[in-house]
Amino acid sequence: MANITVNPTRMELTRLKGKLRTAQRGHKLLKDKRDELMKQFLDTVREVRALRAEVEEELMTVHKSFTVASALMSSEAMEQALLYPKQSVELTMTMKNIMSVNVPIYDFQTKTKSDADIYPYGFAATSGELDTAVDALGKVFQKMLKLAQIEKSAQLMAEEIEKTRRRVNALEYVMIPNTQEAIRYITMKLDENDRATTTRLMKVKDMLLKEAIEEQRARDEAAMSRFTAQET
Amino acid sequence: MAKTYQIAVVGDWESVMGFRALGLSTYPVTSVDEAKKTIHDLAKADCAVIYLTEQLAKDMPDVLERYKDDLRPAIILIPGREGSLGIGRDNIQRAIERAVGADIL
Repeated sequence: MANITVNPTRMELTRLKGKLRTAQRGHKLLKDKRDELMKQFLDTVREVRALRAEVEEELMTVHKSFTVASALMSSEAMEQALLYPKQSVELTMTMKNIMSVNVPIYDFQTKTKSDADIYPYGFAATSGELDTAVDALGKVFQKMLKLAQIEKSAQLMAEEIEKTRRRVNALEYVMIPNTQEAIRYITMKLDENDRATTTRLMKVKDMLLKEAIEEQRARDEAAMSRFTAQET
Repeated sequence: MAKTYQIAVVGDWESVMGFRALGLSTYPVTSVDEAKKTIHDLAKADCAVIYLTEQLAKDMPDVLERYKDDLRPAIILIPGREGSLGIGRDNIQRAIERAVGADIL
């Protein structure tokens, strides 16, 4: 018994039994939650890994294009070309609830409608490489946003799983065994009390009986002596 | 929920300049301290996603840790110009370890 002191009373026993029932139900629910979260999490993580590899690779290509472009142009011209963006992106965020974890869903709107219209510079003063780079980056960006969404989801889910796992373990290995131990202790104590009462009652009854017999015997003796006195 | 958020890109100038053409908010920084400050400011403002180059991220794990469990902002690592350092992949690995208690993939 993990040094918890409980009053061995019937009320305490009822209370503890209720507590045990709740704990067991909670444990089962949390375990289900953990399992389901884990399943979702592993799916997400696989997706993240694949997408991340893809994005990283594509971004490296984009960086290479930019490097080539900056080699062909002066850095001032480059800076100037990219200084003022034509395109602007607005992000809206909605929530999705996966097993009580709020994960974000990103949705973005671009200001200019057509994809071809994103170059914020005139074509005369810039090299063609820059167009390619910006174009490629625009394509990667869609994936990057998806990556942001699922990677964040994975992080949030990891946190929730960790919490749930701790709760499950706390219930399974601490709370439930302790309560069971306490219940056993109380039952045993109560039974012991019962037995003690029974034996005490038996003892008392025994004593009373013995007394009655003695009395009866004394009375018999007296009657006997009276009777012999009359005879003579 | 129709609130609109910003998407920010933090990194050295060469790595972030391309994103400017796409209409993202770019924050070219030169030092780690500057990057930290920028990220804290962005987190307070309306910024939902921050792309951060790995070159900077490797020197500021505390900041990543700080925002990891918050819904907003999501700090996503991207390889900078010098190539990928594999930190982004390590972070996924760490998330798995955290959730499962062991490395299973």
